[in-house]
Amino acid sequence: MIAARALVVTFVITMAVVLQVSLFPYLAYDGVVPNLALLVVVASALVRGPEFAAALGFIAGLAIDLAPPADHIAGRWALALVVVGYLAGRVRHDARSSAIAAIIAVAASSFVGTSIFVLSGLVLSDPYVPAVEALRVVPVAVIFDVLLTPFVLPLMMRLFRRLEPHQVAY
Amino acid sequence: MAMHDPHKQPSRTVLGLLLLASFTVITLDVRGDDFSPIEPLRSAVGEAFGPVEEVTATVVRPFEAVPGFFATTGSLREDLDRLEAENASLRGDLATSVVDRNRAAELDGLLESSSSTGYALVPARVIAMGPAQAFSRTVTIDAGTSSGVFPDLTVLNNDGLVGRVIRADRGTATVLLIVDAESVVGGRLGSSMEVGFLRGRGQAGNEGRLDLDLVDNAVTPGQDDILVTWGSKNGAPYVSGVPIGRVTAVYSSPRQLSKQAIIDPLVDFSSLDLVGVVVDGDAESDRTIIGAKSATGGRR
Repeated sequence: MIAARALVVTFVITMAVVLQVSLFPYLAYDGVVPNLALLVVVASALVRGPEFAAALGFIAGLAIDLAPPADHIAGRWALALVVVGYLAGRVRHDARSSAIAAIIAVAASSFVGTSIFVLSGLVLSDPYVPAVEALRVVPVAVIFDVLLTPFVLPLMMRLFRRLEPHQVAY
Repeated sequence: MAMHDPHKQPSRTVLGLLLLASFTVITLDVRGDDFSPIEPLRSAVGEAFGPVEEVTATVVRPFEAVPGFFATTGSLREDLDRLEAENASLRGDLATSVVDRNRAAELDGLLESSSSTGYALVPARVIAMGPAQAFSRTVTIDAGTSSGVFPDLTVLNNDGLVGRVIRADRGTATVLLIVDAESVVGGRLGSSMEVGFLRGRGQAGNEGRLDLDLVDNAVTPGQDDILVTWGSKNGAPYVSGVPIGRVTAVYSSPRQLSKQAIIDPLVDFSSLDLVGVVVDGDAESDRTIIGAKSATGGRR
């Protein structure tokens, strides 16, 4: 049963990462695409809490870092998504209270995730990014993630709820 | 079960360990440089993800033309359901035939550029593009080492220079586009044969531009001057004589000795599809090399 769950989660992450580079470039605005993997991590955080989401964020981030055509220093998206998973998990009780709260949580997660990625790039100077370019890309990324939230988040949350192991009643 | 208790503080240990793991990966990759221990992992993941990306790209490619035919649907809204259904299937056919026709035209262009430059090309399709959030302009193509594609080979299409191969797996390869902020190409002005260095700005959209620094500060590039590659030893990473772009503006600043020009690349990087990788005429490849017979061995 655990193996089946792991398989489903692996499949979801793989599809998120692949669609991000293969399908969404056709819909991209100025090259910026929605970050599907981030939405999956946020959905898991809202359902399963910070520990699970941080671990999932690490795996998903590493997949983005290593899958072609990525060429940046590996581990940068992993770091960003670990933090996103943990933070989203911490606020999950507030974020699940209403649809607006969930969307705000996604927007905040997207902002934090992309910003950590950009800042780590500035620290490592990999690649060299002018601050103006970063300021231009981050808001578009946040808007894109929010636009995609109604389509992806409920679906993913239902999936993670079904994958949750049954809890023992006290 | 304590993990699911909503009132309990989540464990910091897990977070700490995962953060540490991320930093370890980053450090390993930064310190290792070209011989990074992450590199085998990267190529393993590339081998795994390459085929999946290839299949996804094949599935989604017919939908590439979808935004184009929304323009004609407005007038059809009042039509009968039957007509609409029929129309939908016809439009589907039309869309794919448009894509096919464009691709045939691109292939013709590629054939032509192979015969005009004299280079042997391995044809390849772009199957994945890096997002702008990653700030590096890279694409994945569906040809790898089994097709004779290796790092440091020139990539072009029927319009001009696209970039160079930076990493190759068995079935896929990663191409660094010339608009990437870390890409530097040696260029030569078509009119004066003066040389200079072209740097990308990291933007791939319609305003994707390149900056040209000329070596000789006495030369002023003319408007609409064509820039071609200057070429390197043994044709790696760039072969010579491939058109890159057109001069759109020239300026000089007191801070810098040399004149600078802004170059508009000939290639449209937001709609890259069919590209060619310049290989040796007698390279081993599992697909047909374009122009292999016409290229004489000494041209490289």
